Amino acid sequence: MANSRTPPPRTYTNIVRAENLCVSFGKVQALSDIDLAIGRNEIVGLIGDNGAGKSTLIKALTGVIRPSSGRLFIRDEPIDLGRYSVRKAHALRFETVYQEKSLGEKQPLWRNFFAGRQIVNRFGFINVREQRRIANEILQSHLGFRGIGIDANSTVANLSGGERQGIAIGRAMHFDADLIILDEPTTALAIKEVRKVLDFVRWIKESGRAAIYIEHNLAHVHALADRLVVLDRGRIVANIRPVDMDLDALTHFLIALHEPTAGVAA
Amino acid sequence: MSGARAKEAPAASMRSPALLLTGRRLEGLPIIVVFFVLIGIFTACAPRVFLRWPIYDSFLVTIPPLLILSLGLTLVIAAGEIDLSFPAVIQFSGFLFAFCSLQLSQPWLGLAAALAGGALVGLVNGVLVAIVGVPSIIITIGTSFFWSGVATVLCGGLSYALTDLQATPIANIFAGTLFGIPAEAFWALGAAVVGWFILNRHRFGEHLLFIGDSQTVAQVLGINVVRERIKLFTMMGAVAGFASFLLTIQNLNYFATQGQGMLLSALAGVFIGGSSVFGGSATMVGSVFGALIIGMLDAGIVATGVAGFWVEVIVGLVFIVAVVLHIGLENPARLKQLRRRLAFRE
Repeated sequence: MANSRTPPPRTYTNIVRAENLCVSFGKVQALSDIDLAIGRNEIVGLIGDNGAGKSTLIKALTGVIRPSSGRLFIRDEPIDLGRYSVRKAHALRFETVYQEKSLGEKQPLWRNFFAGRQIVNRFGFINVREQRRIANEILQSHLGFRGIGIDANSTVANLSGGERQGIAIGRAMHFDADLIILDEPTTALAIKEVRKVLDFVRWIKESGRAAIYIEHNLAHVHALADRLVVLDRGRIVANIRPVDMDLDALTHFLIALHEPTAGVAA
Repeated sequence: MSGARAKEAPAASMRSPALLLTGRRLEGLPIIVVFFVLIGIFTACAPRVFLRWPIYDSFLVTIPPLLILSLGLTLVIAAGEIDLSFPAVIQFSGFLFAFCSLQLSQPWLGLAAALAGGALVGLVNGVLVAIVGVPSIIITIGTSFFWSGVATVLCGGLSYALTDLQATPIANIFAGTLFGIPAEAFWALGAAVVGWFILNRHRFGEHLLFIGDSQTVAQVLGINVVRERIKLFTMMGAVAGFASFLLTIQNLNYFATQGQGMLLSALAGVFIGGSSVFGGSATMVGSVFGALIIGMLDAGIVATGVAGFWVEVIVGLVFIVAVVLHIGLENPARLKQLRRRLAFRE
């Protein structure tokens, strides 16, 4: 990491732990009684059907939406849910890598790297030169984007899916995240680009960090995760260690899970 | 998202020329060119008018209120919103200023009241849009009727002559002259510089651009979308309040229907300037020249000898052509798609 800031010591047991976490939108209960702990250096795969609540769960964990009840601990310390926000999650070194939802399409990369936590003077004016410099540094040193025509002034709209993913990953690396949340990071990527993303997940593990990894491709997530958490209609229905269940068995398990309600769910 | 498309190598080589073509290196370049071409045409057709100072002097008086409105609207458009209630603010804030000046003999208090009254209108808009969730194009129609009605009720439909303010400090500062140039022009220029820095260099402007791009993304990035939208509409209200004050003090007269004709002109200035109709990208330089063009067309067309009836036809044409061109520049894929569709028809 080219980052000079020293991270807080990694002496905690769980980077994040939810207790009886519930999220409701009006009368719809999106998440019910979620109990989930992510270890300091654990890769947790989150799987489940569309609408099972995967995205809602990570949004609640990262301060995008406010849980209706329950408790949240970060680095074993309780968090005041009323004051929890994305800004706070960033300060606590949580980073998200979404393919579609984490970059402003028409904005240049120097804005995208820092949006929501700009380098500003005391009147709120952005230090554009510094942001450009750091953005170029991330592009060239972390991402190997040298020489393919992408620089800090490029807009996201001109980038391919893999390049976008690279930008979001570079941002997470630059801010030295302890927990990285990947929401379907390989969807619609070329094979070469998929491999880069999977390498990144391995790097997270090797560098002592934690990840929550949402993925439709069971083979990817089964190969990389330390633990699989299965969500179904807003509840955690299973915790599976890939070493205990091979890919075939996992597939059968998930199909069986949906069988009784297959007609309804469609 | 079709990330799988094999575009890496060709896309990289295409990138830089495309950037130059869109004129991003010099903000608002296409519209600046159009502006000078128009001046050229007017000068060629009516040299006796356009080679002398008085016409420009009058532009520098009449255009500033319009231009200031366009600057405020640029931020609104950047965030993917719209505000149709600013003409009502011009009535309402103008009344507040006129009332304070005439009845209380406190023109400076009047200026403060005009700004605060505008901000109040904007705050109500902002809360209804950001918290209640009514689309801004709808709710500002409603608030527009409301505040315009309030202004009419308060002034009883009468106009206020403010000739007592003539040559007072407040009139000299805002509607006097400096080095022979109308003071309003300096205020508009100052507003344009401030507006440019807010949009392009301030955190607030960046938040607006991201919100205009996508609210979901803005939220995920930790931008407080609700608060920034309320701030945006409140600011727009205050800007309209200032434009109203400027208009009132330069005319030294308040009349109950002032500002009625400015709705379309101010918005046209923004869109002719090249700010995206979809939000997420906007240009202050473009809006300045857009407003200048709109403000000039009227007098220009009349001076060239074309009957005054044609003014709106021409304004409409300029607007449509400009917006279509800008969409093409902003999104070449759309233009290509259009071309393909046309080819298919043939």
